[in-house]
Amino acid sequence: MAKEAATPTTRQNFSADQASSLSTVGNIAVKCPKCKEIHYNRDWEKNLKVCPRCNHHGRISARERINLLVDPGSFVEIDADMLPADPLHFVASPPGDAKKPPYAAKLEEERQKKGQNEAVISGYATIDAQPLALAIMDFQFMAGSMGSVVGEKITRTIELALERSIPVLISSTSGGARMQEGIFSLMQMAKTSAALAKLGEAGLPYISLLTDPTTGGVSASFAFLGDIILAEPGALVCFTGPRVIEGFMHIKVPEGTINSEFALQHGMIDAVVHRRDLRQTLSRLLQMYSGSTKKEETA
Amino acid sequence: MAYDLEFEKPLAELEKKIHSLQRKGDRLKPEEFTQLQLLESELLKRTEEIYSNLNAWQTVQVARHKNRPYTLDYIKLICDDFFELHGDRTFGDDHAIVGGLATIDGQTLMLIGHQKGRDMKEMQYRNLGMPHPEGYRKAQRLMRHAAKFHIPVVTLVDASGASPALVDEERGQAEAIASCLYLMPRLRIPTISIVIGEGGSGGALAISVADRILMLEHSYYTIAAPEAAADILWRDRAQAPLAAEGQRIRARDMLELGIIDGLIAEPLGGAHRNHRLAAESLKQALLQHLEELKRIPLDELLEQRYQKYRNIGHFESAPAQETSPIQA
Repeated sequence: MAKEAATPTTRQNFSADQASSLSTVGNIAVKCPKCKEIHYNRDWEKNLKVCPRCNHHGRISARERINLLVDPGSFVEIDADMLPADPLHFVASPPGDAKKPPYAAKLEEERQKKGQNEAVISGYATIDAQPLALAIMDFQFMAGSMGSVVGEKITRTIELALERSIPVLISSTSGGARMQEGIFSLMQMAKTSAALAKLGEAGLPYISLLTDPTTGGVSASFAFLGDIILAEPGALVCFTGPRVIEGFMHIKVPEGTINSEFALQHGMIDAVVHRRDLRQTLSRLLQMYSGSTKKEETA
Repeated sequence: MAYDLEFEKPLAELEKKIHSLQRKGDRLKPEEFTQLQLLESELLKRTEEIYSNLNAWQTVQVARHKNRPYTLDYIKLICDDFFELHGDRTFGDDHAIVGGLATIDGQTLMLIGHQKGRDMKEMQYRNLGMPHPEGYRKAQRLMRHAAKFHIPVVTLVDASGASPALVDEERGQAEAIASCLYLMPRLRIPTISIVIGEGGSGGALAISVADRILMLEHSYYTIAAPEAAADILWRDRAQAPLAAEGQRIRARDMLELGIIDGLIAEPLGGAHRNHRLAAESLKQALLQHLEELKRIPLDELLEQRYQKYRNIGHFESAPAQETSPIQA
């Protein structure tokens, strides 16, 4: 990423080894999952995995997002070695359904396949030399579900910010709480929210970024507690997913009914921001808060 | 009251025999009288046996029993006085969360709880006990009110979840719940939360972040109602019993897992068999814990509350060499 270091720009390329979660036609082309348009892989990456035709924001990994948002080389990861446990010894599986491995095996499989330990990466960095603590969720790892580790890492990120008196950014993407950790997952909602309440009392800003999809227990805790809430265009942003709403109300919820724009329209978020403008937006906001919060060196 | 749950079948049969003998009244022969006594003690013994070993799914059925006392039933039975407060002052008044000022044993409390309905009409009125966002915002209003006047908050939890309709999304269900979770940890008053029936997902947790969490013996607490959990895990709502079992949702599991602070005993055969006894037992537990909490200085209380939630969670550490720097 040395290239960008020389010319800081909001348009950044992702390194080629970062696997795309989207349907790829061979290695040279990508089909937009929304409008089905086929793009050269190169163009797709160059456009930050946003469809140039329909503006669909493809899902990106936590590491890709960190590269996209912070000053090159400034990110220092914390708690990288934290691993999920299996407190309930969750092995339940419907009879005859051999495809579903027990939770512990599933975790191991995800770790091997995705090359990361959990659904969030946390640490501290700078954006245009302004320090902040950040936790970036990753949908690839067990649908970004929140179990004990996600809750703990996010709480520690908030505590780090408190310790250093710096702002917090949390980028959410999650299918909700992790079922296999049962009540422990639920209580992470309380834990993270309580930590944010302390952050609020200390007068430190918290910016929440909602990306596709942000739902369930993550929505109903830290994701919707931002002093400022931003969302990427077209992201599914809700408490209850469309499928459950359909099941409950016996109606059809057309695709795209519930998304960032819907949330903006109903007064639930502050702004919908294109991926290419995220970094600059964050920088501007941090700048505006800088007068009111104490700054410290992070590196 | 008849034994009407599926796992109560052996009890129902015993009860039937007892009833047929009892109907004879004065015409009861001496040997039949002894038989009746035997059957009665047998029924007692079997009930105790079954109810002390309820599995997760059976617990769910008891917790959902249509005759189980709801918040307003408890309020009637334990409060000397109760004045209900309505509305979130912004949008409307939710009927799935009720709350108000209560006097119990000479003390003023802010009592807030989920409320279900029994018949079709009331179930509809209460939205099946699933609160809309305005319900959570009403709860927040009442909690702030309580903190302002130094009135302890007591919440009764009994919801399978928050309302999952499109209107709830429009009115910000996620924000409403999240704001409760933001408010409750820092409330400068003692808070007690009692799960009286269903403790389902964020919809239950929203009014349940407290200094003390107690649960009735046959209530449950879970990340998502068993049907929803089975749906998420296996796309099959019929596997709800399996999900309930795997997630260990019974009150006694919660105690073992260190999530809650105490169990409240229910009358034999469940709270639905004797509302008065259940209420008495709840009242005693409530007063006892309140007394303990009132003795703790507020700053200490808040720190204890924070640490309680701060310490929930299980994780491990990987060997150090596995971590790698992200950027060169």
